[in-house]
Amino acid sequence: MASSRLLWASRAASYLRISPLCRGFSTVLQELKYADSHEWVKVDGDSATVGITDHAQDHLGDVVYVELPDVGANVKQGKSFGAVESVKATSDVYSPVSGEVIEVNSKLSDSPGLINASPYDSGWIIKVKISGAGELNTLMDSDKYAKFCEEENAKH
Amino acid sequence: MVSYPARGVIRPVMNLIKLKEFSILKQLYLEEKLLRSSSENWCIINNGTKQPTIVMGVSGRPSELVNINSVIRDQIPVIRRFSGGGTVIVDNGTIFVTLICNKDDIPGLQPYPRPIMSWTGQFYGEVLREFGDFHLRENDYAFGSRKFGGNAQSITKNRWVHHTSFLWDYDVSNMDYLKLPMRAPEYRSARSHVEFLCRMKEILPSKSTFIEGTIETLGSHFSVRPIQSNAATNLSNISHPPSTRLLTRPELEQALLSASENSDTNSSIYAVP
Repeated sequence: MASSRLLWASRAASYLRISPLCRGFSTVLQELKYADSHEWVKVDGDSATVGITDHAQDHLGDVVYVELPDVGANVKQGKSFGAVESVKATSDVYSPVSGEVIEVNSKLSDSPGLINASPYDSGWIIKVKISGAGELNTLMDSDKYAKFCEEENAKH
Repeated sequence: MVSYPARGVIRPVMNLIKLKEFSILKQLYLEEKLLRSSSENWCIINNGTKQPTIVMGVSGRPSELVNINSVIRDQIPVIRRFSGGGTVIVDNGTIFVTLICNKDDIPGLQPYPRPIMSWTGQFYGEVLREFGDFHLRENDYAFGSRKFGGNAQSITKNRWVHHTSFLWDYDVSNMDYLKLPMRAPEYRSARSHVEFLCRMKEILPSKSTFIEGTIETLGSHFSVRPIQSNAATNLSNISHPPSTRLLTRPELEQALLSASENSDTNSSIYAVP
């Protein structure tokens, strides 16, 4: 019975393009790339959408404020571009790509909780015109990121 | 459970800076610089700040948190700090304790708000275990249900700051500069500032009991290295643009204007024709 349930779960996950849930029960989407600081990036031609992962939002707690960069600001891979506030803490958010900010999610000013409710969709944070496409190769795919989360959770 | 370095493991170094009546604005500048420009661990203990000062968190809006008219009239400085959390008014009765740590120097501690809050809560629980009924209540430090310490954090990829303003004593009249916050912990139960807060001097025999107790507990986790205060204040010379800011008078006046415009708009919506 357990094995048929697992088989069903695996097939369902594959159909929905979600990596099988690991111990941490955080969602990971297959079509995205991931940074080890728990941001995701979705590439569309020479532009990219960036947000924080389900693992990150779960560990941060309820987000009450988002510090957004200005449109036109330059971002660099691995450097902080903004911050979120949750549980009396500001936590830096790092860009997984380099480039120029072409749009920010202004809905986050009134509804910062979108980051918790929909981290991969309406909780996106910035859109970037990418300047270094080669940098994407340094990011993790969904399977590697799921394993990374599992290893992090196991360490603590 | 607070984690200690395993037996035989060399404790990480913690630089200790002790200050007295150091400007809270300069202290926050120093903390930001040490968080972002240093790779060492730091503990800053500042015994009071001379001038009564309001300190808001990163998302603080003066119109919601501060009685701006009286603040402008009495020239009370208003700071927006780099960390999260709420609003406090601090003065020479406040004891500030700040920990700036590398995430890997505390075994098993994840660099997220709740684990850090839990670890530091247990740390101060150790410091204060002989005094009063210490609690970490919804992220405040309380004796029973009365708050005596407010804290906040700022977290980067590999380091974090946890800073606390402890109410050794406070001037009741200063609380009139603060509004009751919209976002308040449940245990506050709509109590006034005076009913909600507690003075540490009613519980502990002396400031030095608390300060030395903190340093002793620090020594259980780290190898404490005192830094001369003049060497410490020279660290302020490290170039790093702070996000902590002293709000200007025009900004406060603008906040007052916006608040009154919003209030007029709301009044007109409900005006009886």
